[in-house]
Amino acid sequence: MSPLLSVQGISASYGEAQVLRNVSLDVAAGEVVTLVGRNGAGKTTLLRCLMGLHRPTAGTITLDGADITGLPTHRRARRGLGLVPDDRGIFASLSVEENLRLPPGVNESAWSMDRVYESFPVLKERRRFPGTKLSGGEQQMLAIARVLRMGARLLLCDEPTEGLSPVLVHQIGDILRDVKAAGVTVLLVEQNVRFASTVADRHYLLAQGRVAQTLDNAEVKEREHELLEYLGI
Amino acid sequence: MTDLLQHAFNGLVNGSFYALLALGLAVIFGMLGVVNFAHGAFYMLGAFGAFILLNEAGVNFWLALVIVPVVLGLFGMGLERLLVRRLVALDPLYNFLLTFGLTLIFQDLLRMKYGSQPQPYPQPAGLRGTVDLGLFDFPAYQVFVLVFSVLVSLGAWLLLARTRVGMIIRAATERPELTRALGIDVGRWVSPVFGFGIALAALSGVLAAPMRAVSPLMGADLIILVFAVVVIGGLGSIFGSVAAGFLIGMLQALGNVYVPGLATTSVFILMAVVLLWRPAGLFGREETAV
Repeated sequence: MSPLLSVQGISASYGEAQVLRNVSLDVAAGEVVTLVGRNGAGKTTLLRCLMGLHRPTAGTITLDGADITGLPTHRRARRGLGLVPDDRGIFASLSVEENLRLPPGVNESAWSMDRVYESFPVLKERRRFPGTKLSGGEQQMLAIARVLRMGARLLLCDEPTEGLSPVLVHQIGDILRDVKAAGVTVLLVEQNVRFASTVADRHYLLAQGRVAQTLDNAEVKEREHELLEYLGI
Repeated sequence: MTDLLQHAFNGLVNGSFYALLALGLAVIFGMLGVVNFAHGAFYMLGAFGAFILLNEAGVNFWLALVIVPVVLGLFGMGLERLLVRRLVALDPLYNFLLTFGLTLIFQDLLRMKYGSQPQPYPQPAGLRGTVDLGLFDFPAYQVFVLVFSVLVSLGAWLLLARTRVGMIIRAATERPELTRALGIDVGRWVSPVFGFGIALAALSGVLAAPMRAVSPLMGADLIILVFAVVVIGGLGSIFGSVAAGFLIGMLQALGNVYVPGLATTSVFILMAVVLLWRPAGLFGREETAV
Protein backbone atom coordinates (compact mmCIF):
# COMPACT_ATOMS: atom_id res chain seq x y z
CA MET A 1 0.00 0.00 0.00
CA SER A 2 1.34 3.43 -0.83
CA PRO A 3 1.84 5.79 2.12
CA LEU A 4 -0.65 8.59 2.88
CA LEU A 5 2.11 11.17 2.88
CA SER A 6 5.33 10.83 0.99
CA VAL A 7 8.07 13.44 1.08
CA GLN A 8 10.83 12.98 -1.50
CA GLY A 9 14.07 14.96 -1.40
CA ILE A 10 12.71 18.21 0.03
CA SER A 11 15.22 21.05 0.38
CA ALA A 12 14.34 24.49 1.67
CA SER A 13 16.11 27.68 2.66
CA TYR A 14 15.49 31.05 4.23
CA GLY A 15 17.50 33.49 2.15
CA GLU A 16 21.06 32.19 2.12
CA ALA A 17 20.58 29.70 4.93
CA GLN A 18 19.65 26.21 3.86
CA VAL A 19 17.32 24.73 6.45
CA LEU A 20 16.29 21.40 4.88
CA ARG A 21 18.60 19.19 2.83
CA ASN A 22 17.13 16.42 0.75
CA VAL A 23 14.66 15.22 3.37
CA SER A 24 12.60 12.14 2.52
CA LEU A 25 10.04 10.46 4.72
CA ASP A 26 6.83 8.44 4.53
CA VAL A 27 3.80 8.35 6.78
CA ALA A 28 1.33 5.50 6.33
CA ALA A 29 -2.40 5.99 6.90
CA GLY A 30 -3.28 5.52 10.57
CA GLU A 31 0.29 5.96 11.82
CA VAL A 32 1.55 8.45 14.37
CA VAL A 33 5.04 9.52 13.38
CA THR A 34 7.24 12.05 15.16
CA LEU A 35 9.93 14.37 13.97
CA VAL A 36 12.45 14.88 16.75
CA GLY A 37 15.41 17.21 16.61
CA ARG A 38 17.04 20.20 18.19
CA ASN A 39 15.78 23.72 17.79
CA GLY A 40 16.72 24.85 14.32
CA ALA A 41 16.91 21.33 12.91
CA GLY A 42 14.22 22.26 10.38
CA LYS A 43 11.16 20.54 11.89
CA THR A 44 8.82 23.53 11.74
CA THR A 45 10.09 24.46 8.26
CA LEU A 46 9.24 20.95 7.08
CA LEU A 47 5.66 21.34 8.38
CA ARG A 48 5.45 24.75 6.70
CA CYS A 49 6.58 23.19 3.40
CA LEU A 50 3.97 20.44 3.75
CA MET A 51 1.28 23.05 4.35
CA GLY A 52 2.42 25.23 1.43
CA LEU A 53 3.43 28.13 3.67
CA HIS A 54 7.07 27.85 2.62
CA ARG A 55 8.21 27.03 -0.89
CA PRO A 56 10.79 24.26 -1.03
CA THR A 57 13.70 24.69 -3.44
CA ALA A 58 13.58 21.04 -4.48
CA GLY A 59 11.67 17.83 -3.92
CA THR A 60 8.09 16.60 -4.12
CA ILE A 61 5.30 16.11 -1.62
CA THR A 62 2.70 13.46 -2.36
CA LEU A 63 -0.57 13.09 -0.48
CA ASP A 64 -2.63 10.00 -1.21
CA GLY A 65 -0.71 9.43 -4.41
CA ALA A 66 -1.30 12.95 -5.75
CA ASP A 67 1.53 15.47 -6.12
CA ILE A 68 0.62 18.49 -3.98
CA THR A 69 4.01 20.27 -4.11
CA GLY A 70 2.66 23.26 -6.05
CA LEU A 71 -0.82 23.37 -4.55
CA PRO A 72 -1.93 26.56 -2.74
CA THR A 73 -2.25 26.29 1.05
CA HIS A 74 -6.05 26.33 1.28
CA ARG A 75 -6.38 23.55 -1.30
CA ARG A 76 -4.02 21.37 0.77
CA ALA A 77 -6.23 21.92 3.80
CA ARG A 78 -9.21 20.87 1.69
CA ARG A 79 -7.39 17.65 0.87
CA GLY A 80 -7.17 16.84 4.56
CA LEU A 81 -3.98 18.41 5.88
CA GLY A 82 -4.68 19.91 9.32
CA LEU A 83 -2.09 22.25 10.79
CA VAL A 84 -1.81 22.68 14.56
CA PRO A 85 0.85 25.41 14.75
CA ASP A 86 3.42 25.70 17.52
CA ASP A 87 1.79 28.80 19.02
CA ARG A 88 -1.62 27.05 18.72
CA GLY A 89 -2.85 29.74 16.36
CA ILE A 90 -6.06 30.61 18.17
CA PHE A 91 -7.78 33.71 16.78
CA ALA A 92 -8.24 36.35 19.46
CA SER A 93 -10.99 38.15 17.53
CA LEU A 94 -13.02 34.94 17.20
CA SER A 95 -14.92 33.16 19.97
CA VAL A 96 -14.10 29.54 20.79
CA GLU A 97 -17.08 28.42 18.74
CA GLU A 98 -16.11 30.66 15.81
CA ASN A 99 -12.58 29.25 15.93
CA LEU A 100 -14.15 25.81 15.51
CA ARG A 101 -16.54 26.90 12.76
CA LEU A 102 -14.00 28.87 10.74
CA PRO A 103 -12.62 26.03 8.62
CA PRO A 104 -15.10 24.59 6.12
CA GLY A 105 -15.90 20.88 6.42
CA VAL A 106 -13.77 19.36 3.67
CA ASN A 107 -14.97 15.76 3.56
CA GLU A 108 -17.39 13.29 5.11
CA SER A 109 -15.03 12.56 8.00
CA ALA A 110 -15.34 16.16 9.27
CA TRP A 111 -16.46 16.09 12.89
CA SER A 112 -19.81 17.67 13.74
CA MET A 113 -19.94 20.37 16.39
CA ASP A 114 -21.80 17.90 18.64
CA ARG A 115 -19.01 15.38 18.35
CA VAL A 116 -16.38 18.03 19.06
CA TYR A 117 -18.24 19.21 22.16
CA GLU A 118 -18.78 15.64 23.31
CA SER A 119 -15.08 14.91 23.07
CA PHE A 120 -14.00 18.29 24.48
CA PRO A 121 -16.65 19.31 27.03
CA VAL A 122 -14.50 22.18 28.28
CA LEU A 123 -14.71 23.82 24.84
CA LYS A 124 -18.50 23.65 25.00
CA GLU A 125 -18.47 25.30 28.40
CA ARG A 126 -16.29 28.11 27.08
CA ARG A 127 -17.74 28.37 23.58
CA ARG A 128 -18.62 32.06 23.93
CA PHE A 129 -15.22 33.07 25.28
CA PRO A 130 -12.74 34.84 23.02
CA GLY A 131 -10.36 32.13 21.80
CA THR A 132 -7.29 33.48 23.54
CA LYS A 133 -8.98 33.69 26.95
CA LEU A 134 -8.53 29.91 27.26
CA SER A 135 -5.64 28.35 29.18
CA GLY A 136 -2.67 26.95 27.27
CA GLY A 137 -3.95 23.39 27.49
CA GLU A 138 -7.44 24.39 26.38
CA GLN A 139 -6.03 26.34 23.46
CA GLN A 140 -4.11 23.25 22.42
CA MET A 141 -7.33 21.20 22.53
CA LEU A 142 -9.10 23.89 20.53
CA ALA A 143 -6.37 23.86 17.87
CA ILE A 144 -6.63 20.08 17.52
CA ALA A 145 -10.45 20.05 17.65
CA ARG A 146 -10.57 22.77 14.99
CA VAL A 147 -8.79 20.71 12.34
CA LEU A 148 -10.76 17.58 13.28
CA ARG A 149 -13.94 19.55 12.67
CA MET A 150 -12.52 20.51 9.29
CA GLY A 151 -12.06 16.82 8.50
CA ALA A 152 -8.27 16.58 8.65
CA ARG A 153 -6.97 13.14 7.74
CA LEU A 154 -3.37 14.04 8.52
CA LEU A 155 -2.68 16.20 11.55
CA LEU A 156 0.52 18.24 11.44
CA CYS A 157 1.13 18.97 15.12
CA ASP A 158 3.96 21.30 16.03
CA GLU A 159 5.13 20.71 19.61
CA PRO A 160 1.70 20.37 21.19
CA THR A 161 3.15 19.72 24.67
CA GLU A 162 5.48 22.70 24.74
CA GLY A 163 5.04 24.74 27.90
CA LEU A 164 2.31 22.48 29.34
CA SER A 165 2.30 20.93 32.82
CA PRO A 166 2.82 17.15 33.15
CA VAL A 167 -0.91 16.62 33.78
CA LEU A 168 -1.78 18.47 30.59
CA VAL A 169 0.94 16.69 28.63
CA HIS A 170 -0.67 13.46 29.71
CA GLN A 171 -4.07 14.76 28.57
CA ILE A 172 -2.72 15.78 25.16
CA GLY A 173 -1.27 12.26 24.91
CA ASP A 174 -4.74 10.80 25.54
CA ILE A 175 -6.22 13.10 22.91
CA LEU A 176 -3.64 12.08 20.32
CA ARG A 177 -4.26 8.39 21.07
CA ASP A 178 -8.02 9.00 20.65
CA VAL A 179 -7.37 10.81 17.41
CA LYS A 180 -5.35 7.87 16.18
CA ALA A 181 -8.08 5.46 17.27
CA ALA A 182 -10.50 7.52 15.19
CA GLY A 183 -8.38 6.70 12.16
CA VAL A 184 -6.57 10.03 11.80
CA THR A 185 -2.89 10.04 10.87
CA VAL A 186 -0.53 12.29 12.83
CA LEU A 187 2.84 13.81 12.05
CA LEU A 188 4.08 15.17 15.33
CA VAL A 189 6.99 17.55 15.92
CA GLU A 190 8.24 16.89 19.41
CA GLN A 191 11.32 17.53 21.54
CA ASN A 192 10.00 15.46 24.42
CA VAL A 193 11.15 11.99 23.28
CA ARG A 194 9.69 10.25 26.28
CA PHE A 195 6.26 11.67 25.46
CA ALA A 196 6.81 10.90 21.79
CA SER A 197 7.48 7.24 22.49
CA THR A 198 4.14 6.95 24.35
CA VAL A 199 2.03 8.16 21.43
CA ALA A 200 3.97 7.44 18.25
CA ASP A 201 4.78 4.37 16.19
CA ARG A 202 7.99 5.62 14.59
CA HIS A 203 10.37 8.53 14.86
CA TYR A 204 12.50 10.48 12.44
CA LEU A 205 15.50 12.18 13.98
CA LEU A 206 16.23 15.42 12.14
CA ALA A 207 19.69 16.97 12.45
CA GLN A 208 20.97 19.98 10.53
CA GLY A 209 18.20 19.74 8.02
CA ARG A 210 18.70 16.05 7.26
CA VAL A 211 17.00 12.88 8.38
CA ALA A 212 19.79 11.47 10.57
CA GLN A 213 18.06 8.31 11.75
CA THR A 214 14.75 6.53 11.90
CA LEU A 215 13.90 4.92 15.21
CA ASP A 216 11.15 2.71 16.56
CA ASN A 217 9.80 2.93 20.09
CA ALA A 218 12.08 0.20 21.46
CA GLU A 219 15.13 2.02 20.15
CA VAL A 220 13.94 5.30 21.62
CA LYS A 221 13.52 3.69 25.06
CA GLU A 222 16.88 2.00 24.81
CA ARG A 223 18.73 5.13 23.81
CA GLU A 224 16.66 7.68 25.71
CA HIS A 225 19.59 9.15 27.65
CA GLU A 226 21.71 9.48 24.58
CA LEU A 227 18.85 11.15 22.72
CA LEU A 228 18.01 13.53 25.53
CA GLU A 229 21.63 14.55 25.71
CA TYR A 230 21.73 14.99 21.97
CA LEU A 231 18.63 17.16 22.04
CA GLY A 232 20.15 19.20 24.85
CA ILE A 233 17.29 18.67 27.27
CA MET B 1 -26.53 74.58 27.52
CA THR B 2 -28.44 74.38 24.25
CA ASP B 3 -25.41 75.99 22.66
CA LEU B 4 -23.21 73.22 23.94
CA LEU B 5 -25.63 70.56 22.70
CA GLN B 6 -25.76 72.24 19.34
CA HIS B 7 -21.97 72.15 19.04
CA ALA B 8 -21.90 68.55 20.19
CA PHE B 9 -24.46 67.68 17.53
CA ASN B 10 -22.45 69.40 14.81
CA GLY B 11 -19.44 67.50 16.07
CA LEU B 12 -21.27 64.21 15.73
CA VAL B 13 -22.26 65.09 12.17
CA ASN B 14 -18.62 65.79 11.30
CA GLY B 15 -17.72 62.64 13.19
CA SER B 16 -20.02 60.66 10.87
CA PHE B 17 -17.67 61.37 8.00
CA TYR B 18 -14.62 60.46 10.05
CA ALA B 19 -16.31 57.24 11.16
CA LEU B 20 -17.26 56.09 7.64
CA LEU B 21 -13.85 56.97 6.22
CA ALA B 22 -11.94 55.43 9.14
CA LEU B 23 -14.04 52.27 8.90
CA GLY B 24 -13.05 51.81 5.25
CA LEU B 25 -9.39 52.53 5.97
CA ALA B 26 -9.43 50.08 8.87
CA VAL B 27 -10.88 47.13 6.93
CA ILE B 28 -8.48 47.75 4.04
CA PHE B 29 -5.50 48.00 6.37
CA GLY B 30 -6.62 44.93 8.30
CA MET B 31 -7.10 42.68 5.29
CA LEU B 32 -4.31 43.90 2.98
CA GLY B 33 -1.87 45.63 5.30
CA VAL B 34 -2.13 48.58 2.92
CA VAL B 35 -2.35 52.17 4.13
CA ASN B 36 -4.64 53.57 1.48
CA PHE B 37 -3.54 57.15 1.03
CA ALA B 38 -6.06 57.53 -1.79
CA HIS B 39 -8.96 57.18 0.63
CA GLY B 40 -9.47 60.95 0.77
CA ALA B 41 -9.36 61.09 -3.02
CA PHE B 42 -12.13 58.50 -3.24
CA TYR B 43 -14.19 60.63 -0.86
CA MET B 44 -13.63 63.53 -3.22
CA LEU B 45 -14.47 61.34 -6.25
CA GLY B 46 -17.68 60.34 -4.46
CA ALA B 47 -18.72 63.96 -4.10
CA PHE B 48 -17.76 64.70 -7.72
CA GLY B 49 -19.60 61.59 -8.84
CA ALA B 50 -22.82 62.98 -7.38
CA PHE B 51 -22.04 66.43 -8.82
CA ILE B 52 -21.33 65.12 -12.32
CA LEU B 53 -24.35 62.79 -12.34
CA LEU B 54 -26.61 65.69 -11.40
CA ASN B 55 -25.19 68.20 -13.87
CA GLU B 56 -24.56 65.90 -16.84
CA ALA B 57 -27.44 63.46 -16.51
CA GLY B 58 -29.90 65.00 -14.07
CA VAL B 59 -29.54 62.07 -11.68
CA ASN B 60 -30.80 63.06 -8.24
CA PHE B 61 -29.09 62.71 -4.86
CA TRP B 62 -30.85 59.51 -3.81
CA LEU B 63 -29.88 57.64 -6.95
CA ALA B 64 -26.34 59.01 -6.71
CA LEU B 65 -26.15 57.70 -3.15
CA VAL B 66 -26.53 54.20 -4.60
CA ILE B 67 -24.83 54.48 -8.00
CA VAL B 68 -21.64 56.31 -7.00
CA PRO B 69 -20.49 53.95 -4.19
CA VAL B 70 -21.23 50.90 -6.35
CA VAL B 71 -19.34 52.24 -9.38
CA LEU B 72 -16.36 53.48 -7.35
CA GLY B 73 -16.34 50.26 -5.29
CA LEU B 74 -16.06 48.24 -8.51
CA PHE B 75 -13.37 50.61 -9.73
CA GLY B 76 -11.54 50.02 -6.43
CA MET B 77 -11.73 46.26 -6.97
CA GLY B 78 -10.19 46.69 -10.40
CA LEU B 79 -7.48 48.88 -8.94
CA GLU B 80 -6.68 46.22 -6.36
CA ARG B 81 -6.39 43.50 -9.01
CA LEU B 82 -4.43 45.64 -11.42
CA LEU B 83 -2.01 47.55 -9.19
CA VAL B 84 -2.29 47.17 -5.41
CA ARG B 85 -2.01 43.36 -5.48
CA ARG B 86 1.33 43.47 -7.29
CA LEU B 87 2.91 45.52 -4.52
CA VAL B 88 1.45 43.80 -1.45
CA ALA B 89 4.39 41.43 -1.08
CA LEU B 90 6.87 44.33 -1.05
CA ASP B 91 7.57 46.95 1.59
CA PRO B 92 4.29 48.67 2.60
CA LEU B 93 5.83 51.95 1.45
CA TYR B 94 5.32 50.93 -2.18
CA ASN B 95 1.56 50.81 -1.86
CA PHE B 96 1.63 54.00 0.17
CA LEU B 97 3.47 55.67 -2.73
CA LEU B 98 1.13 54.12 -5.29
CA THR B 99 -1.99 55.41 -3.54
CA PHE B 100 -0.37 58.78 -2.96
CA GLY B 101 0.38 58.99 -6.69
CA LEU B 102 -3.18 58.01 -7.56
CA THR B 103 -4.43 60.76 -5.26
CA LEU B 104 -2.44 63.38 -7.17
CA ILE B 105 -3.66 62.02 -10.49
CA PHE B 106 -7.34 62.04 -9.47
CA GLN B 107 -7.05 65.54 -8.02
CA ASP B 108 -5.38 66.98 -11.09
CA LEU B 109 -7.72 65.29 -13.55
CA LEU B 110 -10.69 66.94 -11.84
CA ARG B 111 -8.88 70.23 -11.50
CA MET B 112 -8.24 70.25 -15.27
CA LYS B 113 -11.94 69.89 -15.97
CA TYR B 114 -13.58 71.81 -13.11
CA GLY B 115 -10.88 74.07 -11.69
CA SER B 116 -10.08 74.48 -8.01
CA GLN B 117 -13.14 76.58 -7.24
CA PRO B 118 -15.57 74.86 -4.90
CA GLN B 119 -18.80 73.92 -6.67
CA PRO B 120 -22.17 73.98 -4.94
CA TYR B 121 -24.41 70.91 -4.79
CA PRO B 122 -28.06 71.48 -3.86
CA GLN B 123 -29.54 69.79 -0.84
CA PRO B 124 -31.96 67.04 -1.81
CA ALA B 125 -35.62 68.05 -1.86
CA GLY B 126 -37.33 67.02 1.35
CA LEU B 127 -34.25 67.60 3.51
CA ARG B 128 -33.99 71.36 3.02
CA GLY B 129 -35.62 72.75 6.13
CA THR B 130 -34.97 72.15 9.78
CA VAL B 131 -36.31 69.58 12.19
CA ASP B 132 -37.35 70.37 15.72
CA LEU B 133 -35.41 68.11 18.05
CA GLY B 134 -37.14 69.42 21.16
CA LEU B 135 -34.41 71.68 22.46
CA PHE B 136 -33.61 73.38 19.21
CA ASP B 137 -34.05 73.21 15.47
CA PHE B 138 -31.55 71.38 13.37
CA PRO B 139 -30.91 71.38 9.64
CA ALA B 140 -32.79 68.33 8.39
CA TYR B 141 -29.97 67.27 6.10
CA GLN B 142 -27.45 67.13 8.95
CA VAL B 143 -29.82 65.00 11.00
CA PHE B 144 -30.16 62.66 8.02
CA VAL B 145 -26.37 62.39 7.63
CA LEU B 146 -25.94 61.46 11.28
CA VAL B 147 -28.70 58.85 11.34
CA PHE B 148 -27.64 57.39 8.01
CA SER B 149 -23.97 57.08 9.05
CA VAL B 150 -24.87 55.44 12.33
CA LEU B 151 -27.01 52.93 10.43
CA VAL B 152 -24.27 52.21 7.90
CA SER B 153 -21.69 51.77 10.69
CA LEU B 154 -24.08 49.47 12.53
CA GLY B 155 -24.70 47.48 9.36
CA ALA B 156 -20.96 47.10 8.75
CA TRP B 157 -20.49 45.99 12.34
CA LEU B 158 -23.27 43.39 12.05
CA LEU B 159 -21.77 42.14 8.82
CA LEU B 160 -18.38 41.67 10.49
CA ALA B 161 -19.62 40.33 13.81
CA ARG B 162 -22.47 38.09 12.76
CA THR B 163 -21.86 36.65 9.31
CA ARG B 164 -19.55 33.96 8.03
CA VAL B 165 -17.91 36.44 5.65
CA GLY B 166 -17.29 38.74 8.60
CA MET B 167 -15.73 35.89 10.54
CA ILE B 168 -13.40 35.13 7.65
CA ILE B 169 -12.44 38.80 7.39
CA ARG B 170 -11.71 38.99 11.12
CA ALA B 171 -9.62 35.83 10.98
CA ALA B 172 -7.74 36.87 7.85
CA THR B 173 -7.09 40.31 9.36
CA GLU B 174 -5.52 38.69 12.37
CA ARG B 175 -3.53 35.85 10.76
CA PRO B 176 -3.82 35.52 6.98
CA GLU B 177 -1.45 32.54 6.68
CA LEU B 178 -3.19 30.47 9.31
CA THR B 179 -6.59 31.31 7.84
CA ARG B 180 -5.44 29.85 4.53
CA ALA B 181 -4.06 26.80 6.33
CA LEU B 182 -7.59 26.22 7.64
CA GLY B 183 -8.91 25.79 4.12
CA ILE B 184 -10.06 29.32 3.35
CA ASP B 185 -9.18 30.99 0.08
CA VAL B 186 -8.25 34.37 1.60
CA GLY B 187 -7.19 35.81 -1.76
CA ARG B 188 -10.78 35.62 -2.97
CA TRP B 189 -11.89 38.11 -0.31
CA VAL B 190 -9.15 40.69 -0.76
CA SER B 191 -10.65 42.50 -3.77
CA PRO B 192 -14.20 42.68 -2.36
CA VAL B 193 -12.91 44.03 0.95
CA PHE B 194 -10.83 46.68 -0.82
CA GLY B 195 -13.85 47.60 -2.96
CA PHE B 196 -16.05 47.75 0.14
CA GLY B 197 -13.68 50.18 1.86
CA ILE B 198 -13.57 52.36 -1.25
CA ALA B 199 -17.38 52.27 -1.55
CA LEU B 200 -17.64 53.57 2.03
CA ALA B 201 -15.31 56.46 1.15
CA ALA B 202 -17.39 57.21 -1.95
CA LEU B 203 -20.58 57.05 0.12
CA SER B 204 -19.24 59.64 2.57
CA GLY B 205 -18.27 61.78 -0.42
CA VAL B 206 -21.83 61.73 -1.78
CA LEU B 207 -23.14 62.54 1.70
CA ALA B 208 -20.70 65.44 1.96
CA ALA B 209 -21.63 67.03 -1.38
CA PRO B 210 -24.77 68.91 -0.21
CA MET B 211 -23.08 70.02 3.03
CA ARG B 212 -19.62 70.95 1.90
CA ALA B 213 -18.70 72.44 -1.43
CA VAL B 214 -17.41 69.98 -4.02
CA SER B 215 -13.76 70.60 -4.91
CA PRO B 216 -10.78 68.54 -6.07
CA LEU B 217 -8.92 69.13 -2.80
CA MET B 218 -11.78 68.40 -0.41
CA GLY B 219 -10.32 65.01 0.55
CA ALA B 220 -6.74 66.12 0.96
CA ASP B 221 -7.12 67.84 4.35
CA LEU B 222 -9.55 65.28 5.62
CA ILE B 223 -7.39 62.23 5.05
CA ILE B 224 -4.64 63.27 7.47
CA LEU B 225 -7.23 63.68 10.19
CA VAL B 226 -8.80 60.32 9.39
CA PHE B 227 -5.39 58.65 9.71
CA ALA B 228 -5.23 60.08 13.23
CA VAL B 229 -8.73 58.73 13.90
CA VAL B 230 -7.72 55.22 12.79
CA VAL B 231 -4.58 55.32 14.95
CA ILE B 232 -6.52 56.53 17.99
CA GLY B 233 -9.21 53.88 17.51
CA GLY B 234 -6.62 51.15 17.10
CA LEU B 235 -5.18 50.05 13.75
CA GLY B 236 -7.33 47.34 12.24
CA SER B 237 -10.01 47.66 14.91
CA ILE B 238 -13.36 48.08 13.16
CA PHE B 239 -15.30 49.12 16.23
CA GLY B 240 -12.46 51.37 17.39
CA SER B 241 -12.32 53.31 14.14
CA VAL B 242 -16.05 54.08 14.20
CA ALA B 243 -16.10 55.04 17.88
CA ALA B 244 -13.00 57.19 17.50
CA GLY B 245 -14.58 58.87 14.46
CA PHE B 246 -17.59 60.13 16.39
CA LEU B 247 -15.50 60.91 19.48
CA ILE B 248 -13.05 63.05 17.54
CA GLY B 249 -15.79 64.84 15.66
CA MET B 250 -17.24 65.90 19.00
CA LEU B 251 -13.90 66.78 20.51
CA GLN B 252 -13.06 68.95 17.55
CA ALA B 253 -16.39 70.79 17.61
CA LEU B 254 -16.20 71.47 21.34
CA GLY B 255 -12.55 72.42 21.05
CA ASN B 256 -13.57 74.90 18.40
CA VAL B 257 -15.80 76.64 20.91
CA TYR B 258 -13.56 76.67 23.95
CA VAL B 259 -10.04 76.71 22.52
CA PRO B 260 -10.51 77.78 18.90
CA GLY B 261 -6.79 77.92 18.19
CA LEU B 262 -6.28 74.27 19.09
CA ALA B 263 -9.28 72.64 17.41
CA THR B 264 -7.33 70.69 14.81
CA THR B 265 -4.13 70.34 16.79
CA SER B 266 -6.08 68.81 19.67
CA VAL B 267 -6.72 65.69 17.58
CA PHE B 268 -3.01 65.13 17.14
CA ILE B 269 -2.33 65.87 20.80
CA LEU B 270 -4.94 63.25 21.64
CA MET B 271 -3.25 60.85 19.24
CA ALA B 272 0.12 61.36 20.94
CA VAL B 273 -1.41 60.84 24.39
CA VAL B 274 -3.27 57.69 23.31
CA LEU B 275 -0.14 56.26 21.72
CA LEU B 276 1.86 56.84 24.89
CA TRP B 277 -0.83 55.40 27.09
CA ARG B 278 -2.06 52.56 24.84
CA PRO B 279 0.30 51.97 21.93
CA ALA B 280 -2.26 49.73 20.17
CA GLY B 281 -4.91 52.48 20.23
CA LEU B 282 -8.06 52.79 22.33
CA PHE B 283 -9.70 49.62 21.03
CA GLY B 284 -6.70 47.90 19.46
CA ARG B 285 -5.54 44.52 20.59
CA GLU B 286 -2.01 44.26 21.86
CA GLU B 287 -0.14 41.53 20.03
CA THR B 288 0.14 38.75 22.54
CA ALA B 289 2.77 36.08 22.18
CA VAL B 290 1.16 32.83 23.30
